Amino acid sequence: MTYADPSDLVRGGEVHRDLFVDQKLFDQEMSNLFANCWVYVGHESQVPKRGDYYATTIGSQPVIMVRQKDGTVKVIYNRCPHRGVQLVNEGHGSVGPMFRCPYHAWTFNTDGSLFGVPVKDGYKESGFSESCASHGIEGVATHVYRQFVFARLAREGIGFEEFFGESLTTIDNMVDRSPEGRLEVAGAPLRYMHYCNWKMLVDNQTDTFHPMIAHESSAGTVRKIWEESGAQGPKPMVVEVVLPFTAKHEFYVEMGIRTWPNGHGHTGTKYSIHSDYTLPKEYTDAMEAAYGAERAEAILQEARHNTVYFPNMTMKGAIQTLRLFKPLGPDRTLVESWVFRLAGAPDELLERSALYNRLINSPTSIVGHDDLEMYERAQQGLKVSATPWVNYQREFHPGERYDSTQLWSGQSEVQMRNQYDAWVKFMKPAVSGEEVQA
Amino acid sequence: MTVTKQDLVDFVYAEARMLDERRFEEWLTLFAEDGIYWMPLHHDEPNPKLVTTLFHEDLLLLKTRVLRLMGERTFSQQPASRCHHLLQAPMVDRFDPDAGEFSTWASFLYTETRADEKLFYTGWVMHDLVLIGGELRIKQKKVQLIDCDAPHRNLQLFM
Ligand SMILES: [Fe+2]
Repeated sequence: MTYADPSDLVRGGEVHRDLFVDQKLFDQEMSNLFANCWVYVGHESQVPKRGDYYATTIGSQPVIMVRQKDGTVKVIYNRCPHRGVQLVNEGHGSVGPMFRCPYHAWTFNTDGSLFGVPVKDGYKESGFSESCASHGIEGVATHVYRQFVFARLAREGIGFEEFFGESLTTIDNMVDRSPEGRLEVAGAPLRYMHYCNWKMLVDNQTDTFHPMIAHESSAGTVRKIWEESGAQGPKPMVVEVVLPFTAKHEFYVEMGIRTWPNGHGHTGTKYSIHSDYTLPKEYTDAMEAAYGAERAEAILQEARHNTVYFPNMTMKGAIQTLRLFKPLGPDRTLVESWVFRLAGAPDELLERSALYNRLINSPTSIVGHDDLEMYERAQQGLKVSATPWVNYQREFHPGERYDSTQLWSGQSEVQMRNQYDAWVKFMKPAVSGEEVQA
Repeated sequence: MTVTKQDLVDFVYAEARMLDERRFEEWLTLFAEDGIYWMPLHHDEPNPKLVTTLFHEDLLLLKTRVLRLMGERTFSQQPASRCHHLLQAPMVDRFDPDAGEFSTWASFLYTETRADEKLFYTGWVMHDLVLIGGELRIKQKKVQLIDCDAPHRNLQLFM
């Protein structure tokens, strides 16, 4: 049962308000869009040893990312096939060699296969081997790319490489910034509750036209205090991180946007607000030793702003942060912000990442407060049924296509249009486990 | 100034009252020049600089926050937030007049409201105080929430 043909809801740079407010359409996103896409689950460093797990969600579906005996990482559903109990609670932990359901002690290997059911005799003539439960815990298609773990719930669908294509270069750049080519999650994520639709946050990632307006109160104040203090000497880390937010419109126009097929894209093709950070000599030396001077310079010059990994993850390679927009309802989104340590890099870099994450993307952020205010006002404003369409036409030209890698002006709303083009594409019914067995 | 234990307790109460009454600029003067306002994201957070934390603010940042709260284009403060501190009697954990160093500990309930939204927080507040020019000043104010790692809404004022 579907709500409407999703393609009727996206037209020529306009998107229907139902995408943000309608419960049935949200449910359809959970069953179709979030199943058809490769969705970010977690980072390998969160589960270093065999049996270590991280339990989270993909759309509405509870899943577990777990380290296997052979060292690989697999994603399985967080549901005992017996009576439905979640095998582990959300968050990190270790199950050792196998999962044991806390309700009736059914046991499972870490890949989800059934190990043992108590009172075996009781199932003798039950037809258990034909049951759904006999399959064990359902697994999910899993792909690990340079320690980043993605999963696709649909049994059949687009391949990982085809889905992400050249957009993986942002992950490459983030990992390459470690002299050892390795990242580690640093500490717990910030969790920030938004009473708005998840897509508003994704739209905001490449919204180059809002910082100087919505963030005048925070970034503008830092600039004022810095200038009043004489603006002498090396900038404190805070000033270095926040000042670029006050950059003029032209800065954002010039920095450029790149779109990739399937809804991925990024701002900052030439430079970004992250370009001018001071790098300690100890770090640039380590990079040169690892990669050679030329390649090290190329890696460090690539300072992309936000990269959207459609549907719901965004990454800042230049500063090693990642945000995940977890949809909870048409007007509910949980934002998780993670920071990463570059293995082999001095602490100063992690300190800046942690500072950035806290100052810009957190419930205690003076910048994020104003973003949230805008999203929530939009969520309320979109109740107006008399104006059904939301506008994304800045620098739109009819016939615009998104099926190859392309460069655009930094002020275009093209990446948002790219996302809605992908939204229509991946809203088609997903091939679920159930359908495959039927 | 000879500091008594009662002075420390009075200081903590007076500070909370200042925040309830939105006397933010006055509140900033309570901090030592290298004073820090810290709210961990973790329990037993070892080094707030190398993990994400909720607040770890020096005077530059605190001043930014206070100025921003009063700005005309601070959209998330239209309407403005209000806050209420309910403190248990502070206990004096460290009393060292010779070194000029003191620490207090108090349990609290904090309420922040904005428009129709009301947020409740529960935790412990630890003040490290020092004597500067005969006056007590905040070296560090650490606010440990019981559910620091929960999903939070905007936290706009100060606990
Ligand atoms: Fe913003």
